Amino acid sequence: MPIDRDTVRKVAHLARIRIEESKLEPLAAEISGILTWIEQLGEVDTEGVEPMTSAVAAKLPMRADAVTEPGNAAAVLANAPRAEKGFFVVPKVVE
Amino acid sequence: MTAAASKLIDGRTGPWEVVLGLEVHAQVASKAKLFSGAPVGFGAEPNSQVSLVDAAMPGMLPVINRHCVEQAIRTGLGLKAKINLWSRFDRKNYFYPDLPAGYQISQYKEPIVGEGRILVARDGRDRDEAPFEVGIERLHLEQDAGKSIHDIDPDATLVDLNRAGVALMEIVSHPDMRSPEEAAAYVRALRNILRYLGTCDGDMEKGHLRADVNVSVRRPGEPLGTRCEIKNVNSYRYIQQAIVYEARRQIDILEDGGRIEQETRLFDPAKGETRSMRTKEEAQDYRYFPDPDLLPLELDPAWVEEIRAGLPELPDEKRARLMNQYGLSPYDAQVLSAEAARAAYFETAAAGRDAKLVANWVANELAGRLARDDLEIEASPVRPQALAGLVELIEEGVISTKIGREVLDHMWAGEGSAAEVVDKRGLRQVSDTGALEALIEQLIADNPDKAAQVAARPQAIGWFVGQVMRATGGKANPGAVNALLKAKLVRES
Amino acid sequence: MSDDLTSLTLAQALEGLRARRFSSVELTRAHLAAMERARSLNAFVLETPEKALAMAHESDQRLRRGEARPLEGAPIGIKDLFCTAGVRTTAGSRILGDFKPTYESTVSANLWRDGAVMLGKLNMDEFAMGSSNETSAFGAAVNPWRSRASNRPLSPGGSSGGSASAVAAGLALAATGTDTGGSIRQPAALTGTVGVKPTYGRCSRWGIVAFASSLDQAGPLARSVEDTALLLTSMAGHDPKDSTSLPVETPQFRRSVGASVKGLKVGVPREYRIEGMPGEIETLWDQGRRWLEEAGCELREVSLPMTRYALPAYYIIAPAEASSNLARYDGMRYGLRAEGEDLRGVYEATRGAGFGEEVKRRCLIGAYVLSAGYYDAYYLKAQKVRRRIADDFARVFCEVDALLTPTAPSAAFGIGEKRADPVAMYLNDVFTVTVNLAGLPAISVPGGLDGEGLPLGLQVIGKALDEATVFALGAALEKAAAFSARPERWWA
Ligand SMILES: [Mg+2]
Ligand SMILES: [Zn+2]
Repeated sequence: MPIDRDTVRKVAHLARIRIEESKLEPLAAEISGILTWIEQLGEVDTEGVEPMTSAVAAKLPMRADAVTEPGNAAAVLANAPRAEKGFFVVPKVVE
Repeated sequence: MTAAASKLIDGRTGPWEVVLGLEVHAQVASKAKLFSGAPVGFGAEPNSQVSLVDAAMPGMLPVINRHCVEQAIRTGLGLKAKINLWSRFDRKNYFYPDLPAGYQISQYKEPIVGEGRILVARDGRDRDEAPFEVGIERLHLEQDAGKSIHDIDPDATLVDLNRAGVALMEIVSHPDMRSPEEAAAYVRALRNILRYLGTCDGDMEKGHLRADVNVSVRRPGEPLGTRCEIKNVNSYRYIQQAIVYEARRQIDILEDGGRIEQETRLFDPAKGETRSMRTKEEAQDYRYFPDPDLLPLELDPAWVEEIRAGLPELPDEKRARLMNQYGLSPYDAQVLSAEAARAAYFETAAAGRDAKLVANWVANELAGRLARDDLEIEASPVRPQALAGLVELIEEGVISTKIGREVLDHMWAGEGSAAEVVDKRGLRQVSDTGALEALIEQLIADNPDKAAQVAARPQAIGWFVGQVMRATGGKANPGAVNALLKAKLVRES
Repeated sequence: MSDDLTSLTLAQALEGLRARRFSSVELTRAHLAAMERARSLNAFVLETPEKALAMAHESDQRLRRGEARPLEGAPIGIKDLFCTAGVRTTAGSRILGDFKPTYESTVSANLWRDGAVMLGKLNMDEFAMGSSNETSAFGAAVNPWRSRASNRPLSPGGSSGGSASAVAAGLALAATGTDTGGSIRQPAALTGTVGVKPTYGRCSRWGIVAFASSLDQAGPLARSVEDTALLLTSMAGHDPKDSTSLPVETPQFRRSVGASVKGLKVGVPREYRIEGMPGEIETLWDQGRRWLEEAGCELREVSLPMTRYALPAYYIIAPAEASSNLARYDGMRYGLRAEGEDLRGVYEATRGAGFGEEVKRRCLIGAYVLSAGYYDAYYLKAQKVRRRIADDFARVFCEVDALLTPTAPSAAFGIGEKRADPVAMYLNDVFTVTVNLAGLPAISVPGGLDGEGLPLGLQVIGKALDEATVFALGAALEKAAAFSARPERWWA
């Protein structure tokens, strides 16, 4: 099995997703199944093959250095779970 | 003792060498952000300079600002660095409330600028040593994060995204520095270059230039030690304090038989200490990968050449030229070339004058008054031609250097040209030998004991010089006074 | 009357509106009524009748003034992945809560610019991750088609399941969809509708909730090839707000519908004949070849040897991009925020409660394949395989103008049937995903019914930016198949 419950727990931590303790084992089995299936890629000879990151073979377009969105605090905060005095209010960050 | 040896730190068990490399984040001077059309400003209302892209609203996409790319190229050329015609943007993934998308768009494996170097002039106690070179490993473009405010609400953190998405250049040096002074001098030299190029205003108080310092120590000649990265050290003073503290901390651990753990540390300016933020084991796994919302950044070589052709003369080139062309000392040339505007001021004022004298006035008297009044040289109330007028009066012996300082103060206050101030205030130097002679004879007659002292100890003549100056309100020509005094006192003895 | 209005094609409806045979308000009311009767299909997650009628009213005024725009007065549905200004947008997820965008996606804005009328937002797999619509936070949309043998509810496919279901059931003249691995074409095939995934970069991604950025493309679903051509012409176009949007002109795709296909060389890729494929699909595929031959095409067998690696590569690339794209759903600036003991607790609780099982699974896979030590073995490898898949296509497109394949390996399946085995579910996209990896355009056209009376689709794949050929061949297949079956209205 490529990944075990501890790995799932670690990755879930990295992805900031709470997974119930009881779900770790089944999830590890499922993901392992998927990864095992994925590992058939090992059969493909990719020696010297340039990785493909985009389906677009164009040059990166660039914008002019101009203010096109003057900024609208109301729109930015419109859907905020909590906002005060123009700030997003989030759980206390301990540094 | 060699220059290198003088930078060693003494420990209980022998000397240690501190090895320093810097990562500087310089805010690109631009109107809009790196990937959005929101304005870049300072001190605006919270979240008032935030586009939907900056706030990472669903479905929002980045489009790169061409000017920011140009600024990075310009900076790379100024650092005599390799411009990579093919570079790429990656996502650096981590969760933090002021990082709206959950990733920072940065350049990880393929930065826009590769290896370069900068020549750093020394200052402070080793200002007379030769400049040293610092290698630049790379420069890349990336987004700034927003600002988290922890001290307004006791139970919550407030987030302002105005800064989120602002373009930064991260400039990574090689570990080529060996003392806190060298590190500070490097940042100063880098800042000067950025300001010459106009790619970053270098305002450290506003956080437009921030440094992370990598510190390690080793026995001279041994391989590099384990390093700690000190985050966000934002003034020359803090850079030096943080290094001194951190080097000592590491030496103490090693001398007690311990090992340095690779970690990220935070400098606390209030306590003058560094403290651990996270160790290597807790180090984040950033899961970098190429940003699929962007395409590779391919630069047209003709564009790069166009930018190169438009580069200004850079600080070290200017410094060398000032020494050659005007015969300035390395120190004066360094001070004058630190800022393009200062050098331009000097060159305008020096036209047709004694350049060394002008350099001295610009680098000391003018610079001092500008610093006192917190003015940029462009805003100096005394323009270069006016200063040239002042120097001319000194050259011609119309006024002394000392009176010159007084004249400059009056010019500073808006009382007109040097000549006008001198006339209005009657500051013309007294070189009339007849009048001085009478004064001197009177002084000798009134103070026979002092005159006798001069016979025994020629340095005692200074007392008479002082008396003559006082009696003339400083306007006496010091050369003439000395000659007359010597003639009278030394002959009569 | 009302039934008639909901069985028109988009082209017929536009013609009727211009000829003033009926008004847009009448047409829109007919669809709103049909939607109301068909709520058991769960195709819409949000109905916007007031907005629809206001838009229809404006269209009628324009029609009266003779100022009709290309899609004037045509009521359509929008997949809930498109951000719509002031209208709740959920991406089929709990995590967005009641998120109301302050902005309109480029593609939907283009449709409104051209006079279309919005009926509401369509159900979909959560964040477009799924092939059955079952991962939706709103529950699965139901396929209007039922097998002859049983009344068990069937899946309309996914992720654009609500779009396909609505179009097949006559609840909308057409709908938008998005296709990351087959999410337009597979549901189209399973519901007897036409679905088009254009060339990557044809349609702007701006304002579409991102799943896998390098693969996502918007496209239309409708009841005829001509209708999809009309819709795509409005949806597509260069958008400077999307760095991957292609700076090319958008052709009038309708002109390609009915164009001669004589002399076109069409490849039949050997590797798409997979083990376990139902005989009826193979039969339909052979039938498709004959139809095109009869229309004057030259058919030939070609080889795309990398085909079998496309799905595994996709299941690295798509989750990797998704894990990063979905990081913004963190409960800080919009959407759901769950309680937690500290910041990390809030993050984990919010994302734990806000995401469904499939989304969590893919975010975990994505984070895993990008994490230190695994990047080269998984992500980099997948990108290299992706290149080889694209190279396969580039090679065969030197000898043929297009490819003919089945769209999906099976007809509609029962809701819940494939839930237990993720890989079995993933295999739905085996014929469609290659196209996303290579960025090519493709269409799914209904070819006929299987033994159980369920629709099956044929897929035409074209060269990049050659939608014209795809539409021409799609229309030729449509004409030859003369597919006219409609699901019985058991829900009404
Ligand atoms: Mg760094
Ligand atoms: Zn950085």
